[in-house]
Amino acid sequence: MSAPANMNAKQPKTFAFTPANLEKAKWFIAKYPKNREASAVIPLLQLAQAQHDNWLPVAAMDVVAEMLEMPPVRVYEVASFYTMFNRAPVGKFLLQVCTTTPCWLRGSDDIKHVCKSKLGISDGETSKDGMFSMMEVECLGACVNAPMVQINDDYYEDLTGDSFAQICDELAAGKTPSIGSQTGRQGSHPASAKKA
Amino acid sequence: MLAEKDKVFTNLYGFDDWKLAGARKRGVWSNTKELLALGQAKIIDEVKNSGLRGRGGAGFSTGMKWSFMPKPSDRPHYLVVNADESEPGTCKDRDIIRFDPHRLLEGIVCGAFAINAHASYIYIRGEFVNEAKNMQIAIEEAYAAGLIGKNACGSGWDIDIYLHRGAGAYICGEESALLESLEGKKGQPRNKPPFPANAGLYASPTTVNNVETIAVVPEILRRGAAWFAGMGREKNSGNKVYCISGHVNQPCNVEEVMSIPMRELIEKYAGGVRGGWDNLLAVIPGGSSTPLLPKDICNTVLMDFDALKAVQSGLGTAGLIVMDKSTDLIYAIARLSRFYMHESCGQCTPCREGTGWMYRVMQRMVKGNARLEEIDMLIDVTREIEGHTICAHGDAAGWPIQGLIRHFRPMVEQRILDYRKQAA
Repeated sequence: MSAPANMNAKQPKTFAFTPANLEKAKWFIAKYPKNREASAVIPLLQLAQAQHDNWLPVAAMDVVAEMLEMPPVRVYEVASFYTMFNRAPVGKFLLQVCTTTPCWLRGSDDIKHVCKSKLGISDGETSKDGMFSMMEVECLGACVNAPMVQINDDYYEDLTGDSFAQICDELAAGKTPSIGSQTGRQGSHPASAKKA
Repeated sequence: MLAEKDKVFTNLYGFDDWKLAGARKRGVWSNTKELLALGQAKIIDEVKNSGLRGRGGAGFSTGMKWSFMPKPSDRPHYLVVNADESEPGTCKDRDIIRFDPHRLLEGIVCGAFAINAHASYIYIRGEFVNEAKNMQIAIEEAYAAGLIGKNACGSGWDIDIYLHRGAGAYICGEESALLESLEGKKGQPRNKPPFPANAGLYASPTTVNNVETIAVVPEILRRGAAWFAGMGREKNSGNKVYCISGHVNQPCNVEEVMSIPMRELIEKYAGGVRGGWDNLLAVIPGGSSTPLLPKDICNTVLMDFDALKAVQSGLGTAGLIVMDKSTDLIYAIARLSRFYMHESCGQCTPCREGTGWMYRVMQRMVKGNARLEEIDMLIDVTREIEGHTICAHGDAAGWPIQGLIRHFRPMVEQRILDYRKQAA
């Protein structure tokens, strides 16, 4: 399942990789044996999405299909199977709020509440100003630093409703909040123990 | 208890330099050439004798798995590293990748050599963007230093290592789905046989191993099988990275010996259960798929494959999800049902339809809006799905529910009775 899955989004007619990304695409393709170029489909779609405001138009899928000599439908299939491909526009900051049991036990409901009360968005919605999109996602693999949210590429961990609200404020103000644990602990180290 | 000198993941928390210079100080890459000089047969024997069982959840003997690889032929062999860590409650491979990536790379060199592979792919979950950056830097450092690539470490063995990012699909942690995904397709598990050792990546002989499994191999070869086998109980040997999440005072990852008592693990490293041990309700011992255990079992159970199997659960990935008495346990399990529904690849009918059905019934169980007979019906459905699908996703979706009903049936019944009373 891939969300938000609005295939009716206004689609651009064309898509082209930038010269720099074309070079990167070649580097990805070279990782796989000859005649196995299709292996590069996920990396190339990721590259396309990153170049296109974090969403993947059909035109980009078609370009990737042509580059890898794949039937377009095989590429659409991949784009719709994996959750990280956004097939409709998303806000500047994509808030992926983990609500699976380990995060829920530590208060992910508070994070959802902040999304609703502060930004006015729930699962699958984008704020009116286009700054924030929110998605409830499944386990992101940072369970001992729960609750956590992934915002674009970065993990924000050991959150509370307040610290998450502050991160949203900073992002909206064009600042770069510090990533990782918001309580200052290092990695997955027990919070109070001293460095060995 | 694990002695400081027996620790393998000495930079688990990232206090020290994760790059090549730091890794070398921790002993990584110190004598890789000599390790390969042991020869393929000896390496596989050592790993077999160490008792190392796969750390990704299934717990199959790693040495045995390697020995299933066919003799060299004209087909290339592949070592694929499963870094698609997505089992709820599990976050150990992440720390190895971001803070000790060279330990994994050295393990790949040893493992690839043992199974005759000249190419290895590390399949990392797509969400681990920053972890993948560290991994890629480590790969480039290792190439530049001649540790991988042509004549790796001066051993005469060529091994290319490539990083491949996934794009968000729990099912790609299943090895054949992972291979499908790596080939550029939807991550849908394959029918077995053929097993990957015969026809894996690009229909070539392939071994898929978990990150933690591969990363401990060089240390086993350096210190000897007996050292590793000396930790933990028989057939459950070695060290293990545990992840302790949920209602504990200090959620954390920690490396300890196998077979450590669960209570000791939680109290010593995670600061104990919130509100004290007596406030414990239940623990999911090894990632979301393993059935929960009530407090009376947690009091004494050991953390290893066989001890947890004996109480109808499993070690899985050793990700403990701790729940205190404030937890709505029925919701906690229903939320896992939603997880399995969301992550079903849709290929097999029992799983595709069954996971959704179970989630919908579980949602009603949370409210109590159900009939008492439906509890048995729910269990029956989990059993009908089990074993009737291509991969174990359908089985895993039912296990949390089975654990809940097995140990907390009166709680589920009471919820239904309360709902009826209120409705009346």
